[in-house]
Amino acid sequence: MKYLCLIYNEEEKLEAMSQTEWEALVGEALAYDDELRQKGHLIGAQALQPAQAATTIRVRTGEVSTAEGPAAGPKEQLRGFMLIDARDLNEAIQVASKMPQARVGSIEVHPIVESE
Amino acid sequence: MSGEGTGLALQAVDAVYRADSRRVLATLIRLLGDFDLAEEALHDAFAAATEQWPRDGVPANPRGWLVSTGRFKAIDTLRRRARFDASLAKLAEQLDVGSGDVPGANNEELEDDRLRLIFTCSHPALPPDAQVALTLREVCGLTTEEIARAFLTGAPTVAQRIVRAKRKIRDARIPFRIPSKDDLPGRLDSVLRVVYLVFTEGYAASSGVSLTRPDLSAEAIRLGRLLMELLPEPEVTGLLALMVLHEARRAARTSPAGDLVLLDAQDRSLWNREQIAEGVALVERALSSRKIGPYTLQAAIGAVHAEAPDAAATDWDRIVGLYDVLVRLDPSPVVELNRAVAVAMRDGPMAGLALIDVLLARGDLSDFHLAHAARADMCRRLGRTADARASYKRALSLARQDPERRFLERRLQELQSDTDTRRRLQ
Repeated sequence: MKYLCLIYNEEEKLEAMSQTEWEALVGEALAYDDELRQKGHLIGAQALQPAQAATTIRVRTGEVSTAEGPAAGPKEQLRGFMLIDARDLNEAIQVASKMPQARVGSIEVHPIVESE
Repeated sequence: MSGEGTGLALQAVDAVYRADSRRVLATLIRLLGDFDLAEEALHDAFAAATEQWPRDGVPANPRGWLVSTGRFKAIDTLRRRARFDASLAKLAEQLDVGSGDVPGANNEELEDDRLRLIFTCSHPALPPDAQVALTLREVCGLTTEEIARAFLTGAPTVAQRIVRAKRKIRDARIPFRIPSKDDLPGRLDSVLRVVYLVFTEGYAASSGVSLTRPDLSAEAIRLGRLLMELLPEPEVTGLLALMVLHEARRAARTSPAGDLVLLDAQDRSLWNREQIAEGVALVERALSSRKIGPYTLQAAIGAVHAEAPDAAATDWDRIVGLYDVLVRLDPSPVVELNRAVAVAMRDGPMAGLALIDVLLARGDLSDFHLAHAARADMCRRLGRTADARASYKRALSLARQDPERRFLERRLQELQSDTDTRRRLQ
């Protein structure tokens, strides 16, 4: 089954990190990507530009409204996603909980609708 | 078969239903991979038993018979529905593979299925109230109405919680599996929390006219015993000890009028000695392991109380020592409050009041009625009547349970009459 892991972080917290801390986190995250790819868990992963680059689209009664910024709350912002393949939710949680980003922010695990 | 034989066979169905229906259900959920299909299959299997056992005799392995019959019935159901939904045909096919043998007939496998069911129902991806409702429904076999009554909510609310939880289990693919060794400690916490929540709701109901709901506590203790049988971890033993020791004091905890009686004022002859002996033995067993957790520590504190002839003769030094460890292991404002009360018993109300004022100043407990009630009690013992009155009033404004409110009102009145007496004497 496929799960989309949405990675949320507080941008302020990330900006407050020292260069060494930041590079260590990025290095660890990239290494974990490789590990997941080798094990066949990773389908795709991308980082996102800062939250203010996001646009939120809503369609209400046929009308499209666009709003600047993300839909999520003001504190944490969506910073990236990983599309993974896992046997079940337990395995998906295991994979997500080992993402280094989970330590500084939070990860939402969304099951993907399966097509027959 | 004779009329008498029919009666005996139906009695057997009834007995198996009462003793084993949850076990059979757990195995059917594993085999069929779907809660609703399994419940329907369970129902069909027992319906078939009521028909066939009086005619053909009670089978040698009733549980195995029920599992196997339930499974065939489910495959039948799927095939019938497959006429409208082609995807079900494949599922029925998969389930039918290897149906020659009786699946899950051996006892070990059945017990594992019950443990799988407990872990699935208390999966942390489900909302806490749904974990409790689902556990009571699927593991304990309570009806939706019984759960609603126990938690003072409407049956439709409980039913909706259960339906949503089952949908999430299916859609997010929450597995029917005992967690791996790495995940076990965290997942076990979640299971123990559910069991303890059921117990405390029965022991100190959070709202309503009655102080306790014994049926819920009994259910929690039954669950605790089952867990200990299935997964003999020290904290499982600790939790069971804690619940049994609380339960031992139930009769002394409320007056005949239904009012709250605090530990120091309880008639200890009403304590259940048999339960205390069991609880103490369980605590000792849990303490002898190298992994001591918060439930075991709380049970150990309960055991010190249980063994004391009265409040004054309690080993308060040992209780404070146990709270010291608990504060380090599982820090929470409530544990610190309990520690402060124990310190007051050991070193006097002044020492306790100082600790409580620090806690209240921190703000974590400012809306917790028991913190203000404890503060009021220390002030009362120190003769600071005005402070005591203010704190009792604050506690009263926060308490939601009728017997607790009556208790606080009584204390306020006593305070008033003390002051009146003193005035008259002066």
